[in-house]
Amino acid sequence: MRLIKRKTNINFLGKSRRKIALGISVLVVVVSLYELAVEGLEFGIDFTGGILLEIGYSEPANLEEIRINLAGEGYDDAIVQRFGSDTDVLVRLPPQEGANPDELREDLRRAVAIGTDGVDLRRVESVSPQVGKELTERGGLAMIIALMLIFVYVMIRFQWKFAAGAVAALIHDVIVTVGFFAVFNLPFDLTVVAAVLAVIGYSLNDTVVAFDRIRENFFKLRGVSAEESMNTSINEMLARTIITGVTTLLVLVALLVFGGESIAPFSIALIVGIIVGTYSSIYTASATALLLGVNAQDLLEPVKDPDLIDDLP
Amino acid sequence: MNRYPAWLNTLVLVVLMTGLLFALPNIYGSAPAVQLADADANPITQLQLENFVRTLESEDITPEASYIKDDRAVIRFLDEEDQQRAADRLRARYGQDNNVALTLAPRLPEWVRGLGLNPMSLGLDLRGGVYVLLEVDMDTAIGNRMQGYEQDFEDRLREARIRHRVDLNNGIITIRLTSADDLEAARRVVTEADAELLVADGTDGRSLTIRLTEQQIKDRQDFAIEQNMTTLRNRVDQLGVAEPLVQRQGVDRIVVQLPGVQDPTELEKILTATATLEFRLVDQSGNLPGTRSYPGRGNEQAQMLKREVVASGDEIIDARSGFTPEGQPAVHITLDSAGGERMLATTSENVGKPMSTLFIEWQQKDVMRNGQLESRRVKTEEIINTATIRGVFKNRFQITGLTPIEARDLAVLLRAGALAAPVFKVDERVIGPTLGQDNIDRGFRAIQIGFLAVIVFMAFYYRWFGMIANLALFSNLVFIVAVLSMLGASLTLPGIAGIVLTVGMAVDANVLIFERIREELRDGASPQAAINSGYEKALSSIADANITTLIAAIVLLAFGTGPIKGFAITLMIGILTSMFTAIIGTRSIVNFVFGGRKLSSLPV
Repeated sequence: MRLIKRKTNINFLGKSRRKIALGISVLVVVVSLYELAVEGLEFGIDFTGGILLEIGYSEPANLEEIRINLAGEGYDDAIVQRFGSDTDVLVRLPPQEGANPDELREDLRRAVAIGTDGVDLRRVESVSPQVGKELTERGGLAMIIALMLIFVYVMIRFQWKFAAGAVAALIHDVIVTVGFFAVFNLPFDLTVVAAVLAVIGYSLNDTVVAFDRIRENFFKLRGVSAEESMNTSINEMLARTIITGVTTLLVLVALLVFGGESIAPFSIALIVGIIVGTYSSIYTASATALLLGVNAQDLLEPVKDPDLIDDLP
Repeated sequence: MNRYPAWLNTLVLVVLMTGLLFALPNIYGSAPAVQLADADANPITQLQLENFVRTLESEDITPEASYIKDDRAVIRFLDEEDQQRAADRLRARYGQDNNVALTLAPRLPEWVRGLGLNPMSLGLDLRGGVYVLLEVDMDTAIGNRMQGYEQDFEDRLREARIRHRVDLNNGIITIRLTSADDLEAARRVVTEADAELLVADGTDGRSLTIRLTEQQIKDRQDFAIEQNMTTLRNRVDQLGVAEPLVQRQGVDRIVVQLPGVQDPTELEKILTATATLEFRLVDQSGNLPGTRSYPGRGNEQAQMLKREVVASGDEIIDARSGFTPEGQPAVHITLDSAGGERMLATTSENVGKPMSTLFIEWQQKDVMRNGQLESRRVKTEEIINTATIRGVFKNRFQITGLTPIEARDLAVLLRAGALAAPVFKVDERVIGPTLGQDNIDRGFRAIQIGFLAVIVFMAFYYRWFGMIANLALFSNLVFIVAVLSMLGASLTLPGIAGIVLTVGMAVDANVLIFERIREELRDGASPQAAINSGYEKALSSIADANITTLIAAIVLLAFGTGPIKGFAITLMIGILTSMFTAIIGTRSIVNFVFGGRKLSSLPV
């Protein structure tokens, strides 16, 4: 069975197409950054600190009533949402300074149970704002270190123009994936950070595989422009790119559909990231390397001057 | 062409069998059980275990299995009703000397348990329980240490007849001398006490400033954490929770996980109410400088105590209740060497005089300050025991004059009560068991469905080669489970996500190889040559791609916390095992099936 006909010859990296792709990339990145700056992310309590309750009701819950009940107890800044089904509700509260945690828990349990014959408190999490701040800092630091190490690795294995292309693609993927969460107001929690880092891994995978073939073709196809041999490489890898993408997406869609509400944000981040990552391997990574004027010469080992050795005593 | 040497085939087979063996304990599931642990942390003996079982059998409760694991008795039952009844019986009969806990025990057959194999444990998010992140107050830990030095210098300088004043401020001790001539002598006194301290001259030429070195601060922090962890472990054990986890996180944090516990109130009391102990002499004259009156706990008398601390709780190595040779109830205490030295010096001068044990507790309380509610640390000090010094002793001594029950409680308190520094809760999560079960069911169903979809796709797309890749994919799952079981790591929700991701990505290596083989065939290579160069040429891409992903996973592991770590661990394991199964594993099957014979085409 074949999804792709024998040999494709699509001009992925033609001048005009690259321009269109560049336009799209820039637009999407700008929109993402704008949304991140203006709307911001809907950070989960992992980051902001605060209290989270997951409550199971025996009958479909009336969110407005829960909100009023909570406000009646003095919690007027509670965010009340459905969580997966009609009977499951998620309540989030900002950090409660100085409150006794035991009393607080009982207080909340009472408030959300008003008008019902008891609720099932499935999950109670309370995170201090300090922990949240540390997480944000460490998460950001982890990402920067990962990007740096990856840059170094690609530079050693290939060349700095490739490394720049790879890192540009990764930054593009991170911005767009996180931006997606800002645009659609999806909850951004720790699992999403894990997903974004996994996206880095996947997109990198894709980019490096493409680079590997480009390097091979730079040596094999002599007398052909860099643009052409890159195009050939991407065409040769097209079947693999699509199949790997499809199989990974198959698993992730299963995770999104059947995995339950708590890992939905994780699945969404990965699905978006993998689609963006596949695109960026071609249009950000390769195009950037091309823009930087990469050519076959860059990958040749510099030949040592044999005279130098003769001069030695 | 394309034959693997016998040793390589054997290796693949051996690795696969090992993986299967280690993954095996996971297929048996778990059963309700009761766990008994000795309250004094002594190992449970076979004889005790037989007694437990006999007690149950006399009540018509038949255990399904019973054995000793990690010095604790585990008794397994067929249903939860039996488990509950058994726990009630055992608690009534043995509860005084043992902690009885309800738990889930893996339903392993005798021979698997005999091999020392264990299933991977499930994280709290998967089975419910309480998670608490505690922060150790390092300033206090270091402050306490400096106070010890302050007092030590004071004593030594007085002994050396050097006129001085000692102050402690912001972790720096300043010794001000009356005469500049004493500077060198004072310096000697300080270095005699501890040669490693950083000693600097003051600007006025007749004072010294003393600080801890970086290493000493670090040692002190490590000590405080270790000591707190031991204490917390003891306390948690006394809660009677099965499989509690107390683990260090970073420089100054401790994670406590209690699976199966649903009400954190009890835990809260034990964890954040931090306590320490001090032994001090009673000031019988009542007017020495620094003497203060301390209230007694319960029926204990209030006493005037001297300022000097003879030994403190963090110097207690062990405390056990027992009896004196005369048959009096007593608490036997063992101090570390520093505490022992001071105890020796004190007791040799004070035989016949009373000494008190002071219990100091910190609690987080809400107080009104300037009309605002503030959470403050409140210190409570109470005398729990006063006894007469009967003779000179050093690091081993006993406290008498107690009832047997008091002796027992005091021993527990001394053993568990000494925290080197106060701890505070910074993060708490309570996960209900329904959410736990729900998560497991959904996670596993998602894995099954995703896995099935990939298998069907691969079989259609690459025919027989696809089936070989599917075999590799399956053994990859087995390996991940085996390694997690071997490491004793627990599976969490992000961990499942990590596995799902590796399932998707493990396919990539095989796709790269198979596409390459197809390409080689298209370019006119013979089937055998196509297999060979397909594997060879795809190798560098696979290695590069996996190494870069591995870098990301390692960084995640190093910098991530909690859920991110769980994800990173499974991702790392998955990358490594998938490299083995997708490259060497599939190649050995391909070689076995297709290698070394004439082929006109390949089912790829």
